[in-house]
Amino acid sequence: MIQADLNTILPEVVLAVYAMVALLVAAYSGKDALASALTWLTAALMAVLAAWIGFGGSGTTVAFHGMFHDDGFARFAKVAVLLSAASVLVIGRDYMARRDILRFEYPVLVALSVAGMMMMVSAGDLIALYMGLELQSLALYVVAALRRDSVKSTEAGLKYFVLGALSSGLLLYGASLIYGFAGTTTFDGIIVAAGAGQTPVGLLFGLVFVIAGLAFKVSAVPFHMWTPDVYEGAPTPITAFFATAPKVAAMALLARVLHDAFGGVSADWGQVIAVLSLLSMFLGAIAAISQTNIKRLMAYSSIAHMGYALMGLAAGTAFGVQAMLIYMAIYVTMNVGTFAFILGMERDGRPVTEIASLNLYARQEPGRALAMLILMFSLAGVPPLVGFFGKFYVLRAAYEAGFAWLAVAGVIASVIGAFYYLRIVYYMYFGEEGEGLDKMQSPVLWGFLTASAVAMVLGVVNLFGIEGAAAAAAATLVN
Amino acid sequence: MIGLEHYLTVAAALFVIGIFGLFLNRKNVIILLMSIELMLLSVNINLVAFSSFLGDLVGQVFALFVLTVAAAEAAIGLAILVCFFRNRGTIAVEDVNVMKG
Repeated sequence: MIQADLNTILPEVVLAVYAMVALLVAAYSGKDALASALTWLTAALMAVLAAWIGFGGSGTTVAFHGMFHDDGFARFAKVAVLLSAASVLVIGRDYMARRDILRFEYPVLVALSVAGMMMMVSAGDLIALYMGLELQSLALYVVAALRRDSVKSTEAGLKYFVLGALSSGLLLYGASLIYGFAGTTTFDGIIVAAGAGQTPVGLLFGLVFVIAGLAFKVSAVPFHMWTPDVYEGAPTPITAFFATAPKVAAMALLARVLHDAFGGVSADWGQVIAVLSLLSMFLGAIAAISQTNIKRLMAYSSIAHMGYALMGLAAGTAFGVQAMLIYMAIYVTMNVGTFAFILGMERDGRPVTEIASLNLYARQEPGRALAMLILMFSLAGVPPLVGFFGKFYVLRAAYEAGFAWLAVAGVIASVIGAFYYLRIVYYMYFGEEGEGLDKMQSPVLWGFLTASAVAMVLGVVNLFGIEGAAAAAAATLVN
Repeated sequence: MIGLEHYLTVAAALFVIGIFGLFLNRKNVIILLMSIELMLLSVNINLVAFSSFLGDLVGQVFALFVLTVAAAEAAIGLAILVCFFRNRGTIAVEDVNVMKG
């Protein structure tokens, strides 16, 4: 019995044990001399685990009396989380080594937070949900403040900590109400209590608190205040990490709670999610216009993108979940490429984040400017790039579920949002003479940027088959 | 007779005090940490009260997990606060404003 349970969570166990062993080895031996090797090793292990979960897993297994669900949905989210975390580790290594902040704690903390994310997307119980979420969040608070001697980085860590702890508190209060009114903490029990004709008001009250707590984690408006400051203050490789893996995990967790535990009352939470989605899309699109720092801009961009992903969730159908998964996979791919570009923005060896520094970048390095142009068009959702298909899926899901007003609002918001993406392109191609940037040295960054841009073009053929995988994943969640 | 609703009322009151402490406090970041702790502990009252009312042990197990995580959370919060104090020389809430958001 326990043997079968442990087999089910073997990938998580491997990652967690690896993180602890790596911590001990690094602490007792070479300290930061090992940091670079550990970063590569962690990225390689994550890639191996992603392949293992992606190709090896099949069917639905429930372990630890319903606490842990290993199904198609969890596997899709885990592969996305592991691959994006591994890519971010690889693209950020060089940047951190040259700024002397590549400490061995960094890969260890990222590995621990990824273990937490894998726990989150598989949670089948409120306690498992909370433990996974906290393992992820506590590691993230620390990496945000990784640059100990910088005011900005520690301030980012502090803000993230205070608001993150507030959101955990809201989520927990909701969890306690759900436990009290459903009489159980397992999702299987809650869906019975919530679906039986009359749903107790206390249960819905608890659900609203849980949604508020998770909306913090995915940085949906009105719970987004921490995002721009944390993105700006944290070192850029860590910002890249924040923008990718934790967003996928939190969104998947939200989908799991809503469908696994509250699938019977989708009419009730659909409205709430729709409002969150609407506000996020518009605030993300409008507030980004006046930004001059590209990291802050990416923060507002991620708020807007979370709005679109929530739109798929608001539909409350299997197609909506499929659209959300496709959207998140595309979003992560685009963001890895964009951050590979941002990590390479330097002048005299120092990192630059001003958008104005991109003036006439295309004359200097036409290849990279073209790759960035494709990514920006894709982020804006310009057809026929892949980013357009992501938006198309969520809009269709919302429309088919009767949220026509939300789909129309989404189109309007994406037109507003296109302005600031195109402004970056404008600076690169038609800006004024400026100081310019250094030539990009690192082949790794160049490789990821190109790969991401090429994926945005070639993906239009069949989206690399993720459509079918996402449909199968959504089918295991919604039934 | 003290019933479930009394416990829930106390917990709700403490929770709201915690949230107000977070938003209204303009003085000191330590008070923010205390407010967060208050929120988590009010949840524990809720959990234990429900657990006793339902005759189900899961709530108390949950409360123990929450206590453990709250301790870890406080440790990490204080560690970040110490780093911030070293750089900035102050822990007043209005001085946490290098970035405007």
